[in-house]
Amino acid sequence: MEQFEPKLVAFVCNWCTYAGADLTGTSRIKYATNVRIIRFPCTGRIDFMLISKAFANGADGVIVSGCHPNDCHYTSGNFHARRRWMSYNAMLTFMGMDPERIIFSWVSAAEGAKWADIVNQSVDKIRKIGPFTEYQKLVQSGIEEENFNG
Amino acid sequence: MDNLRKKAKELLESKSVDLVIGYENGTNGKARAVFIKDPEKTGKLIYDERCKQNLAVYLNKHEVKHYGRIAIVAPLMVMRSILVLISECQVKQENITVLGIGNDGSFLDFQSMEVVEKYISKIPLGNPEPDQVIIDKLNAMTMEERREFWQNELERCFKCYACRAACPMCYCLRCTVECNQPQWISAPAHPLGNLEWHQLRTMHLTGRCVSCGDCGRACPLNIPIHLLTMQQAEEAFHMFGVRAGTSMKADSALSTYKPDDKENFIL
Amino acid sequence: MIPEKKIIDRVALDKLYESLKAAGNKMFAPVFRNEQTNFEYNPAATEISYSHIQTTQSVKNTVFPKIENLFRFESSQKSVELVQIDFTKVPRVIVWNAHPCDAAAFSALDSVFNWDYVDEIYNARREKLVVIGMSCIRADENCFCTSVDLGPGAVKGSDILLTPLANGKFIAEILTDLGKSIADENASLFTASNGENKEEVLAKVEKQFSHEKVTENLKNGFENSFWHEFSLRCIGCGACAYVCPICTCFDIQDESKAGKGRRLRCWDSCGFGMFTLHTSGHNPREVQSQRWRQRLMHKFSYQPDRNEFIGCVGCGRCSRACPVDMNILEQLVELEKLEIAAK
Ligand code: SF4
Ligand code: SF4
Ligand code: SF4
Ligand code: SF4
Repeated sequence: MEQFEPKLVAFVCNWCTYAGADLTGTSRIKYATNVRIIRFPCTGRIDFMLISKAFANGADGVIVSGCHPNDCHYTSGNFHARRRWMSYNAMLTFMGMDPERIIFSWVSAAEGAKWADIVNQSVDKIRKIGPFTEYQKLVQSGIEEENFNG
Repeated sequence: MDNLRKKAKELLESKSVDLVIGYENGTNGKARAVFIKDPEKTGKLIYDERCKQNLAVYLNKHEVKHYGRIAIVAPLMVMRSILVLISECQVKQENITVLGIGNDGSFLDFQSMEVVEKYISKIPLGNPEPDQVIIDKLNAMTMEERREFWQNELERCFKCYACRAACPMCYCLRCTVECNQPQWISAPAHPLGNLEWHQLRTMHLTGRCVSCGDCGRACPLNIPIHLLTMQQAEEAFHMFGVRAGTSMKADSALSTYKPDDKENFIL
Repeated sequence: MIPEKKIIDRVALDKLYESLKAAGNKMFAPVFRNEQTNFEYNPAATEISYSHIQTTQSVKNTVFPKIENLFRFESSQKSVELVQIDFTKVPRVIVWNAHPCDAAAFSALDSVFNWDYVDEIYNARREKLVVIGMSCIRADENCFCTSVDLGPGAVKGSDILLTPLANGKFIAEILTDLGKSIADENASLFTASNGENKEEVLAKVEKQFSHEKVTENLKNGFENSFWHEFSLRCIGCGACAYVCPICTCFDIQDESKAGKGRRLRCWDSCGFGMFTLHTSGHNPREVQSQRWRQRLMHKFSYQPDRNEFIGCVGCGRCSRACPVDMNILEQLVELEKLEIAAK
């Protein structure tokens, strides 16, 4: 059987992780190509709805990453983001949706190697968990069966 | 009750307030909200165990706000909601007079909002026991069981938004579900749209929910969505040590932070 | 056709249900679940509730689903292709055990969906609809069918109307050709009637107001202070509209991904603040009292004028569903009493 190649979306902040990912490239470190990186001004801007949109549009996993605590370009964006992620994690768990498909990390502009590791580990992890079929089922379910006009 | 009526009457007679919001006998044995402008009508006011609606929801309504200074019959949940609304600059402290109701149903005459804060600081806060029992039960289930539970519940939602309309903290004139450029939340009431809507509501109330339970009571389909926000209220307290509606300061869980907030999942 | 009267007992009734279901019809019958009764598709005969007073939701879902897929589309750089959905394939739906108010509501929906625009999708569903009604032998404080020209034994809208008798049997009034074909196909399940009188068992629902007077008062009462006073309590949700068998407001939503998508018709409510909001930011119904006024005006003034029916069958669902005790009956009674000078 062919190996499952998961699709991952990474939401990263402009100042640390994005620059870190750039360094991964300029340092010629090879890493998995399953990730589409989307750049944001700050982790404080990464709303949980972006994560649900990614899943609704077919992502199997999501990486969210930004500056280490105390290193935020805007001083406190990542502190706010951290509380939001903690709450989001708690909510997903209570709703019975294992947050294992979402990987949170801090990657600075100097951590090109860490970024490569995070991506590789995340891809491996999601590959093991498999495609997010439950969510895709949910996305497609609803109208046709109920209204008898499939 | 007599004290409550007397105080309401005094306030209206002396023109210290323009409107009193309280509870009256409704139809078919129900209690409901009443809006009194005439001091002679304060005899309508009641308070008993049927008076569950969180009246703070009216404070932010256009037509009610229009009256100006308002006295409001406020059991604990209403007091806490008022504090949240003040902290979020939705109502002005000087426009609100709290006609407090103690946990035993007695009338509490509060001279100022600071006294309300002090009163709340002395009471143990948390979710109503019957709701917490269900939450604990859900937490004891496996992930899979919980997923099934919520899927079955949320699937039924037809998006009447009574849960949103009933909550004093859901006051946005344009809710995110109604923003369509871009469309954040899938609007139709299909399984995905319902899941996204309830995640949104839960996240936007995390750290702001005062556990009054009105969202769940309002749902015409008996979907226990209040458990979602109540669970988050407990989580926010455990993780960040703050409870919503305890002070007039803007210090709710998600609008503040501590540099040493502890988590165990960020790599 | 000339209505016929027959008798059917409970065992035979269950058999009739099972045989209609086995014949491939989608049965829509009330079931008690989650502390309330609602219609569901194809429950087992044993699951069906016959003891409830009223279901929480109405049966309009059968012809006006909460989400209707109107068509699909596929767009490329040059063109948009519409893919029509074949509504002739919708199966026959049999509404089983609907009370007379619900059965009567379909004729109101018919006029709305065939008024200025003939809605093919609605009609395709409606043509496949059969209504087996059930007279009410119990009613509650919220029921007021008799005030809107209906009643606990009203035959309007049913193809067959059943009435439960004290002896456990049911009178079956065969009212339409469709009803007759069902009765004929299952003739062995029915017995001849012996002059049983349904009036003896029907619930007593007092007439509470004159709808003519309400309509008249509404015509002259647009600016009345009544609206502000009686709807300050209303929190502007959609509960009343969504459970109402006659409310038909809808909203159009497009859903698409990578150029492929569908256009959906979803329930909406005139009670929502955003319902009349213009792009300019102006909102002609700025406050809740204007929205509540619209709801009553539409039902008791505009619809009688334009479509010649009252937009309310007195089922009382909105009063039961309202989280803040906006009781429509109470308000109609008050409205009737208003002394408003004709303009
Ligand atoms: S329990 Fe529900 S209605 Fe009450 S504050 Fe929380 S979210 Fe709002
Ligand atoms: S009140 Fe109930 S049915 Fe209405 S939107 Fe909220 S959860 Fe859904
Ligand atoms: S307006 Fe209320 S009582 Fe009248 S038909 Fe609709 S739900 Fe029933
Ligand atoms: S009348 Fe009741 S159910 Fe209808 S919009 Fe107002 S609060 Fe909601």
